[in-house]
Amino acid sequence: MNQATTKSLPLTALAVGETGVLEDDTAKAVSDRLCELGFVAGTHVKIVRRGLLGDPVEVELRGYRICLRQDDLSGLRVAPPERNSS
Amino acid sequence: MGEAQAGSCTVALVGAPNTGKTTLFNALTGSRAKVGNYPGVTVERREGRVRNSEREIRLLDLPGTYSLNPETPDEEVVEDVLSGRMAGEPVPDAVLVVVDATTLERGLALVLQTLAAHPDLPIAVVVTMIDELRARGGRVDFDRLATRLGVSVFPIVGHRGVGLEEVRRALESAETLPRNINGDAVEAADHPIARFAQVDEIWGDIQRASLRPDERTDRIDRVLLHPFFGAVTFAAVMIFVFQSIFTWAAPAMDAIDGSFAQLAGFVGDALPPGVLRDLLTDGVIAGVGSVVIFLPQIVILFTLIHFLEDVGYMARAAFVVDRIMGWFGLQGRSFIVLLSCYACAVPGIMAARTIPNPRDRLATILVAPFMTCSARLPVYTLLIAAFVPSTAVGFGLGLQGLVMLGLYLLGAVTAIGSAALLKATVIRGRPSTFYMELPPYRFPSLRMLASQVWRSAKAFLKRAGTIVFIASLIVWGMLNFPKADVPPGTPPAVETQLHLEASLGAQIGKAIEPAIAPLGFDWKVGVGLVASLAAREIIVATLAQIYAVGDEEDFDGLRNALEADVDPTTGERVFSLPVALSLLVFFVFALQCTSTIAVMVRETGGWGWPAFAFGYMLTLAWVGALITYRVSSVLL
Repeated sequence: MNQATTKSLPLTALAVGETGVLEDDTAKAVSDRLCELGFVAGTHVKIVRRGLLGDPVEVELRGYRICLRQDDLSGLRVAPPERNSS
Repeated sequence: MGEAQAGSCTVALVGAPNTGKTTLFNALTGSRAKVGNYPGVTVERREGRVRNSEREIRLLDLPGTYSLNPETPDEEVVEDVLSGRMAGEPVPDAVLVVVDATTLERGLALVLQTLAAHPDLPIAVVVTMIDELRARGGRVDFDRLATRLGVSVFPIVGHRGVGLEEVRRALESAETLPRNINGDAVEAADHPIARFAQVDEIWGDIQRASLRPDERTDRIDRVLLHPFFGAVTFAAVMIFVFQSIFTWAAPAMDAIDGSFAQLAGFVGDALPPGVLRDLLTDGVIAGVGSVVIFLPQIVILFTLIHFLEDVGYMARAAFVVDRIMGWFGLQGRSFIVLLSCYACAVPGIMAARTIPNPRDRLATILVAPFMTCSARLPVYTLLIAAFVPSTAVGFGLGLQGLVMLGLYLLGAVTAIGSAALLKATVIRGRPSTFYMELPPYRFPSLRMLASQVWRSAKAFLKRAGTIVFIASLIVWGMLNFPKADVPPGTPPAVETQLHLEASLGAQIGKAIEPAIAPLGFDWKVGVGLVASLAAREIIVATLAQIYAVGDEEDFDGLRNALEADVDPTTGERVFSLPVALSLLVFFVFALQCTSTIAVMVRETGGWGWPAFAFGYMLTLAWVGALITYRVSSVLL
């Protein structure tokens, strides 16, 4: 866990097309609604696209896509992206 | 499953937005829904009877919800109905949870939440759009899913009727839908974290092949959501919407104009001269006609808005403008609401329900009336035609068109600016999470499109038949009574004038004249302003009656009368260009619409916010008109 925290980075730092895995203390960092939408520890989240000037961000998780604002995602940290994933 | 039971039963449909819940509802009920409202909240309640069933099965189409942990008024209704807290709404006998096969993993979370929160309700799961799942190469073991959940699972294709018969047959014995298919009922996790762990586990067990991305939607989105091309497309779509409202509607509007004039003429010929004839032709037919003439624009605008919505573009438009709306404290969904307000603020404000954040919703509702609704058009058209010279300014645009565009922009800019101001002052607070799904592009069902447009048009006509009808009668009465004592031998023109000046309307107009004189308005405009508090467009009918132009649909006649009106003492024209501009600006800002106020009262749950909106808009209108009048009097 300590190792994961040192190596983790903000979800919003990922480039379009990259996927990160939400880290263990995700529950503390997100609103109830994000939790209800499936943003829980261990979930793979992929950045699909960003809008004009970076907002909103469309992400893919749990087999569906949803658009959110960078501000709302700012508390989320992920393990380093799987750069060579399929 | 048990035999069909006696008596009637109620089955509720629960599901996230865009899962095909309404398509399932329409397929089972034959699109015959009884539409109403839940008591105390303005969330639409849709109920229908299942067709071809052996017993009475009432189907309740609950609003779309992502979770039973509610955030919006729509979502609250779902949990209230399921738990029996909704007044006048008994707990349903059974629940169908509707999930989309292409987003089944996420849908499982709502299924598990429903199972956990309502352990005593008979529940079944309907998985829609399995044709899309298969087309994209996905495979799911639905029998295994039923075993894991302990409830029946029905894979269907709603719009083609596949699998519907099984659903209908199961509803015959809705009360005994099983919760324990393989013995023990499944223990569903309640807390989100535990719930998603359970989702992961079940999903791994039932998924046989993962589905490919929706390539068609991806390809279109690469253009429509591109930072540059997306913005260009957005601008083109908006220009197209506007252009079509004004150009396509013109022939139909002329036709309506003509038929009301004919009707007035027919009634005028059929009845003997007198109070009743005047009441019918000048009051009722002219008053209602001045509103119904805008029906074509309403129909075109709503057709385009509903089409863009159903095809999936509205969510993309919201995506493109979200960042810009964010600068003003609004969000992408607010944009869709404000766009609808170009037709009429009433359906626009009702559409604000889809904004989950209560502060964003309130800010959007409070600024919605600034958007140039179709009721302002007759006022703008009349005053611009009368006082703005029809000179060309190049690029195929005339000065008149430019002023019209300026009024539209002034309204939109004021709306967005006020939203920023409101969010920074009276409705401050931490913004809550913004989230929005981009549904796959689908060709809309033309039947559903037609019925949506018909509902909007019906609401508009109802308004013309009630508020405008009654207001026209009252205005007519106020301008015709009491009569003056006119000495015999007075010329008819003078006699009309004396009667008008003695009327109740004139007395009211003169009473408020001191307040509006700084804006350049005389008592005649004052009467119009008072009357237009009911609905903006009534000022046209009122001025027409004051200036004794029998048929105010005849814009030329009224325009000439306005241009010719001079002050009896000074000999100056009553309606100068500065007065006309001042009046136009007043109409951009003021909240003169009882329907809008009524819908604001319902949506904000009281009179406080509507009273606030009315007050600040009236202040803004007065100050704006004053500045316009003073500045333009000096400049022009």
